[in-house]
Amino acid sequence: MHTIVCIKQVPNVKEVKWDPVTGSLIRKGIPSIINPNDRNAIEAALQLREKHGGELTVLSMGPSQVEEALREALAMGADKAVQLTDKEFAGSDTWATSYTLGLAIQNIGGWDLILCGKEAMDGMTAQVGPQIAEFLKIPQLTYAISLEVADGKVRIKQKLGKVQRVLETSLPALVTVEREINEPRIAPMDSIMEAYEKEIPVWTPEDLSGEAERFGLEGSPTRLRKVFSPKVLKGNVQMLPGGPKEAAVELIRVLKEKYIL
Amino acid sequence: MAASIDINEYRGCWVFVEQSHGKPARVSLELLGKGKELAQKLGVDLTAIVVGDSLGSLPQELIAYGAEKVLVAEDPVLKEYRTEPYADVIGAAVIDRKPEVLIVGATPIGRDLAPRLSFRLNAGCTADCTGLDIDQENRLFVSTRPAFGGNVVATIICPNHRPQMATVRPGVMPLPEKATARRGEVVSLKVQIKEQDMQVKILESAEAASEGVAIEEAERVVCVGMGGADQETFAIIKELADLLNAEVAATRMAVEAGWLTHDSQVGQTGKTIRPDLYVACGISGAVQHTAGMTGSKLVVAINKDSRAEIFNYADYGIVGDLRKVLPAIIEELKTLRG
Repeated sequence: MHTIVCIKQVPNVKEVKWDPVTGSLIRKGIPSIINPNDRNAIEAALQLREKHGGELTVLSMGPSQVEEALREALAMGADKAVQLTDKEFAGSDTWATSYTLGLAIQNIGGWDLILCGKEAMDGMTAQVGPQIAEFLKIPQLTYAISLEVADGKVRIKQKLGKVQRVLETSLPALVTVEREINEPRIAPMDSIMEAYEKEIPVWTPEDLSGEAERFGLEGSPTRLRKVFSPKVLKGNVQMLPGGPKEAAVELIRVLKEKYIL
Repeated sequence: MAASIDINEYRGCWVFVEQSHGKPARVSLELLGKGKELAQKLGVDLTAIVVGDSLGSLPQELIAYGAEKVLVAEDPVLKEYRTEPYADVIGAAVIDRKPEVLIVGATPIGRDLAPRLSFRLNAGCTADCTGLDIDQENRLFVSTRPAFGGNVVATIICPNHRPQMATVRPGVMPLPEKATARRGEVVSLKVQIKEQDMQVKILESAEAASEGVAIEEAERVVCVGMGGADQETFAIIKELADLLNAEVAATRMAVEAGWLTHDSQVGQTGKTIRPDLYVACGISGAVQHTAGMTGSKLVVAINKDSRAEIFNYADYGIVGDLRKVLPAIIEELKTLRG
């Protein structure tokens, strides 16, 4: 069985700092990581390979530093990696990203299962998985909290809000995974060294049989019109003075006055 | 892949109505309210499209909430949500009738369906929007969503593709008024999908048992941040919530620290809520959190740091230690209740 895992390199948002004056993101020096959900997808693919044998390829599109993310995935145990890096890919929205990843998946060929994280922690759109599935014309099983493959079929437990479902379909298929599905392994030191010796092909639009005008910003239906800081501060707080007792008495009085109590 | 299209052939504003057993999702009704406003700005009808089986009086209910036309696809194969048949039915209707706007609730179902449809329709889809509007000068649908971790907001347009799609976060738009006197047209869509052709089978489906009321539906919410995320304080917060008849929610940090599940998380990566009363306990007020609570009617913030950002979002603030302030409030509440 051949599984392809699509991964995204994201800024480690937990360490992101904001400029207190401008309110904008300080991007300088922010470490990049493999998107956490995608790490779960890699782990799920590794577990499938341990059980059923076969091959695991990781695929990522982004600037040249996505190589680091792919090396880490190789160190976790992926067999092969493919990188999509070119200035023509820059500015892709989810549509153009899915188009490009879909073409690359077709190019890799011979796969049975595509795994993606449910969503990336930076954009949080959760769109690329379903859009790749549509490009490839295969079923999508989203929000997996468990995953099994047997007899050419894939079965997941799906967390659909308050409802949990068990879904099954024949391979080939695309599955998006939740954080709960597993605990991703940490790449051992010796395999990190080995991972640096592997060749990672870098594909550009010339390697893909797509239409040039569908890549990158040009191929993106959505356009950013403007970015601004939301100023929704109420800014008219009334502080309740005194010690805990006085403040509590005053709060109760206020809540009664507002008919909350 | 579609070739370039004539965008002027596309007219009309559609809302996909998600339903379960004939009952509409609240967010779909919220979108009918917003959709009506968009449709008026565009000078077109508001159309609801609803998919399921044996939907009963639901189409009439959608008219009462503001839809001028309801497209109904009913068939046993559509009883429970599945990506393939739903995308097939809605995709075919869109290709046939060419709406310029299609909006979908950003629920788990909406977030599964909308991207699949948007790719098929060669359409741009903005995910998890918090605002929708029409640029009347350019006849463009303008959607707004938090970006770069939520401290900035981006407005997004789709100038050259149709329909213009968006998913919208539940709880962001107010629920419109229901007026049963409204009249509208109900159109049945032909469904020619057979169960044996369905690639995905649902083997089991069960509603997870949940405790209490979902926080997005609660009228009162007591929310815990890292300042209240220790065993003793959390117990006091729960007692306060019980006395207030409120649900307990948490910030992302408090959820990640294991105090509540993600279902109870308020903020950009959690839920957007607009309760009558919101009590922030030990919450610093990072914008990622406040993005989910600014629609609350009355906000009370308690924090030991008088400079905490949360006070900028509060109506009433108390500076102090939660372990002293909350027991004092609890005592007053108990006295009040006798």
